[in-house]
Amino acid sequence: MEYTLDFKTYNDALKKNKLLGLKCNSCQKYTCPPKMTCQECADKNLDIVEMSGKGEIRTFTQTFVAPQGRECEAPYTIVLVELEEGPWIAGNLIDIDPGKVNMDLIGKKVKLGHKVFPGDQYSAGAAARPLFSFLSEGVK
Amino acid sequence: MRKVAVLGAGHTKFMFDSPKTEIEMLAEASMDAIQESNLKSKDIQAIFCGNVLGDFSEGQGMVQSYLADDIGCFNVPASKFEGACASATMAIRDAFMWVASGFYDIVLAGGTEKATAMGTSLATRTFAMFGDSRYEYPAGFTFPGVFGMLAHLYSDQYKVPLKKLKEQMALVSVQSHYYGKDNPNAQFRKEITVEQVLKGFMVTSPLQLLDCCPFSDGAAAIVIASEDIAKKLVSKPVYIAGVGQASAGKISSQYKYLPRIRSREISVKQAYDMAGLGPKDIDVCELHDCFSIASIIAAEGLGFAELGKGGELWEKGETKIGGKIPINISGGLKSKGHPIGATGASQVYEIAHQLRGELKDQGRQVEGAKVGLVDTLGGDGTIINLILKVD
Repeated sequence: MEYTLDFKTYNDALKKNKLLGLKCNSCQKYTCPPKMTCQECADKNLDIVEMSGKGEIRTFTQTFVAPQGRECEAPYTIVLVELEEGPWIAGNLIDIDPGKVNMDLIGKKVKLGHKVFPGDQYSAGAAARPLFSFLSEGVK
Repeated sequence: MRKVAVLGAGHTKFMFDSPKTEIEMLAEASMDAIQESNLKSKDIQAIFCGNVLGDFSEGQGMVQSYLADDIGCFNVPASKFEGACASATMAIRDAFMWVASGFYDIVLAGGTEKATAMGTSLATRTFAMFGDSRYEYPAGFTFPGVFGMLAHLYSDQYKVPLKKLKEQMALVSVQSHYYGKDNPNAQFRKEITVEQVLKGFMVTSPLQLLDCCPFSDGAAAIVIASEDIAKKLVSKPVYIAGVGQASAGKISSQYKYLPRIRSREISVKQAYDMAGLGPKDIDVCELHDCFSIASIIAAEGLGFAELGKGGELWEKGETKIGGKIPINISGGLKSKGHPIGATGASQVYEIAHQLRGELKDQGRQVEGAKVGLVDTLGGDGTIINLILKVD
């Protein structure tokens, strides 16, 4: 049985700043990032949809100790964002002074862009990740 | 199903830069466990082994097979279990089921790891392999990073101001070191203060150095047998009264429950129901404190505190000997160390000693403990729980 939306298709779209997800025809809920079955009800009757890419920061961390090969990226901020359609997705946050990464981030509205992780010897190639920035200007 | 018991148990010192190989460490712990069970290597019918990163740390895969040969368990079936940091607990649960079913009578279960050989940079990379490699690692996920996010979420969700939560988290680490200093197998045998925790360098906010367990080398093993055999061989068998295991997907897909780990609630309920017991019946607990916040979240998931109140257990001293629920009297992963493939077997080793009343000399005995709970977390949400009991 094939995936309705596999990683390659999802990743190719993300590289064009398009966030693809799945809408379940059984329970009407969304799954993003994609899976074989609906995240909510495990049904396979899914349609590919383009997500708005907008959402709200639910939590974050600012990482100073990076994995091998990514030391030059530190410090960087990882966020879990609740998308308008419901699911949560992981990405990075840009456009913020590293000294201002604190609890005030939670609840801030963000919009999606992307950045490509070029990959390392263990990653079987490159992969894009969501790169979020603040939705309204001046919230920094 | 038959009643199943833990007989002997073995444990190497947990440390940085062990001079021994993974197989050597596990062989030493295994032989101690076999000897303490009044058995010989030839009595072991099968081996269940936890090991996670032997390939990265030593260039050695398939440690279970070489272990079997090294300790003279020639040609017995030896299987490896990989559940990240919960690997050995996973191996022990399976070992339990095979003996309970009657397929085997006497088996060896344990685990080994030599994580410090990788160095912090490669270890941080390889530990991140137990998160989602395609959808989450590209954002720079590390294991501390996941728990850093859970800490901020916890603070927001339960309205515990971050400053207060950080102090509670610091108390978790302080208590672990307080007991770990008296554990001869512990990696760090010195006390620390709240002030030291709060002054440590930031690893990933809000987790500072002393909120995090170390990378470690070490091994632990136990012998498991049916009740009739156990009663003939040892004076105080420790019975496995309940087991549970549950899986979870990547951290973002657990969004409906976070910062709760839903798989823990499912797993521990299986174990409680099987044993016919509940949180109030547990006399001593070893839980998965890979990070200080992880202890607080685990204590709630296991039923020892209401949501948002887990930190108060440490504040009030309820997690110490003499408190409502003594937790991590071994020093936990934080002070004792966390050789990931061995950790679950180490937790069982500790609880077995507590239930046999053998820790008086170390000043760490929970008086009269009859029921103990083991909780191990692998990756983003693989959980295994074991309930051990003495008559």
